[in-house]
Amino acid sequence: MPLLQVNNLSVSFDQYGRGLERFVTTPIRSLSIEIGKGEILAVVGASGSGKSLLAHAIMGILPANAIVGGEIKFKGNLIDERSIKKYRGKQIAFIPQSVNYLDPSMKVKNQVRIGLPGIKSERIEKQEHLFEKFGLKKSDGDLYPFELSGGMMRRVLFTTSMISPDTELVIADEPTPGIHRSALDLVLNQLKTIADSGIGVMLITHDIISALKIADRVSVFKDGCTVDDIPASFFSADGESLENEYTRMLWKSLPEHSFMEAI
Amino acid sequence: MNKTFVFIVNKILRCLLLLFGVSLLAFTLLKLSPVDPVLASVNYDPNLTVEQYERIAEYYGLNKPEPVQYLSWLRNFLSGDMGMSLLHREPVADVIRQKAWASAALMGFSWVVSGLLGFLLGSVAAFRRGRLWDGIIKWLSYLQVTVPTFWIGLIFLLFFSVYLGWFPIGISVPIGRLVSDTSLIERFHHLVLPALTLSLLGIANVTLHTREKMIDVLNSEYVLFAKARGESDFQIFINHGIRNAVVPAITIHFTYFGELFGGSVLAEEVFSYPGLGATLTEAGLKGDTPLLLGITVIAAIFVFLGNTIADILNGLLNPALRSYPS
Ligand SMILES: Nc1ncnc2c1ncn2[C@@H]1O[C@H](COP(=O)(O)OP(=O)(O)OP(=O)(O)O)[C@@H](O)[C@H]1O
Ligand SMILES: [Mg+2]
Repeated sequence: MPLLQVNNLSVSFDQYGRGLERFVTTPIRSLSIEIGKGEILAVVGASGSGKSLLAHAIMGILPANAIVGGEIKFKGNLIDERSIKKYRGKQIAFIPQSVNYLDPSMKVKNQVRIGLPGIKSERIEKQEHLFEKFGLKKSDGDLYPFELSGGMMRRVLFTTSMISPDTELVIADEPTPGIHRSALDLVLNQLKTIADSGIGVMLITHDIISALKIADRVSVFKDGCTVDDIPASFFSADGESLENEYTRMLWKSLPEHSFMEAI
Repeated sequence: MNKTFVFIVNKILRCLLLLFGVSLLAFTLLKLSPVDPVLASVNYDPNLTVEQYERIAEYYGLNKPEPVQYLSWLRNFLSGDMGMSLLHREPVADVIRQKAWASAALMGFSWVVSGLLGFLLGSVAAFRRGRLWDGIIKWLSYLQVTVPTFWIGLIFLLFFSVYLGWFPIGISVPIGRLVSDTSLIERFHHLVLPALTLSLLGIANVTLHTREKMIDVLNSEYVLFAKARGESDFQIFINHGIRNAVVPAITIHFTYFGELFGGSVLAEEVFSYPGLGATLTEAGLKGDTPLLLGITVIAAIFVFLGNTIADILNGLLNPALRSYPS
């Protein structure tokens, strides 16, 4: 039984336009993915293809005017906005896409400590340990979110997902852009390590090249539909084993790719 | 020149202008009223002779033309002398000092209570938005905004004092005793009803503003993330709700100083509570110009202070100026 199964998911928004006329948009039409224990699934696709919405739908944090169709199963159990509550922050960890997801009025060290188990001194110790592990200085903890650089913010967000000992699934929404080489490798290695310990990982990213270093499979989204789901090994230099046209185009259009062809 | 300096000078100039305008207006209105201050000061004693009348008028400078009266009041005021009260036969400053504590206790208590309750109710409404409790809280708030102060006061008076007999009617000192003889508990007893009325009046304002702000907070991405991390509604309120909504709520509550003072005048009247508000009414009804002007000016400074504090807090909230203390 797969850890996470999403079948034919659709997300629509009930909206009001000019003159209060109602209309419905459907940015996600049919997404299906599957993640097994210890597996890393990379989710790629153009901006606006519905990657973040998928993550939010799983976590049950879509806006109130969203209408969800299809099914989401965690360890075989159907989950919805209500039943996800018992998994969030425990079995399922989520790393959001931007700094806006941190409370602007709270020092980052205190935000990381929320949800850590144990008495105060243990929580402080654990948070400082996590910071050290991800190359953040102890003094960085005293900063407010708006004082962080992009790379620091990613790492702070990343530490918040390393908190529960019961974690079985990590959903990371673009944890890597804006961070420098060594921190990038650190984050990728960490994801690899937790996957090796049996945790399933959904890695949403634009950086296919980096994702391929650790991913087992790749799911390709286009306009709210899953168009391809293939093993990571299919992405070879010239993309000849890529059967899907859109996937091949995505692969060939990477700037790194033309660079590689040039040499 | 630095910004803070300009801000302070600007504020002080505005304040002076305001005080000048308010005192001139109050003076004019009082002079237009049909009350004869000399007669009022002797309680309309029918035995007053013409000579006595004129001596009193001369003593208080009431025989001079009105512009001269105002200007001499202004000159004395600027030199720190608020004049003599006709009714109390004491310096205005002393009268105000005696009454100010009673009013400060009343308004301070009400301000704090209504702030706390309003913040809590507004938060509950925001967390339950669109549901039953939100509806009830909103409905009560709108109701309170539309009902006049004195009416709520009278209802309280009828219910608690007359019907239930829990609280004394009126006067913060039991009749026939000196202020210094009254115990703290007795004074508190007399404070309860007017304070309750006044608190109730302040709640709706904070409630509705807190509700708005808290809904913004709950719709923010950081609250989404908090949910995704498994925080319960209560944890979200404690961890993120209070800290992000409390400053706007306090700001709004400072701008409420004006209505608070206005409300205290009415509440003090209804419950015959001897504070500045009741004294102000008395001064107005009996044409005691120096006392009325003195209290009016103090009240204007009080309201101005509230608005200025709100301004400053607002400025601190502005993201461009914001820098959190570390
Ligand atoms: N609350 C909303 N109401 C209406 N439409 C929305 C809402 N949220 C997202 N959308 C639409 O859904 C589509 C998918 O958005 P989503 O954020 O999932 O994209 P994404 O794949 O994560 O893009 P990116 O790579 O830029 O992060 C977009 O076209 C967006 O406009
Ligand atoms: Mg996204």
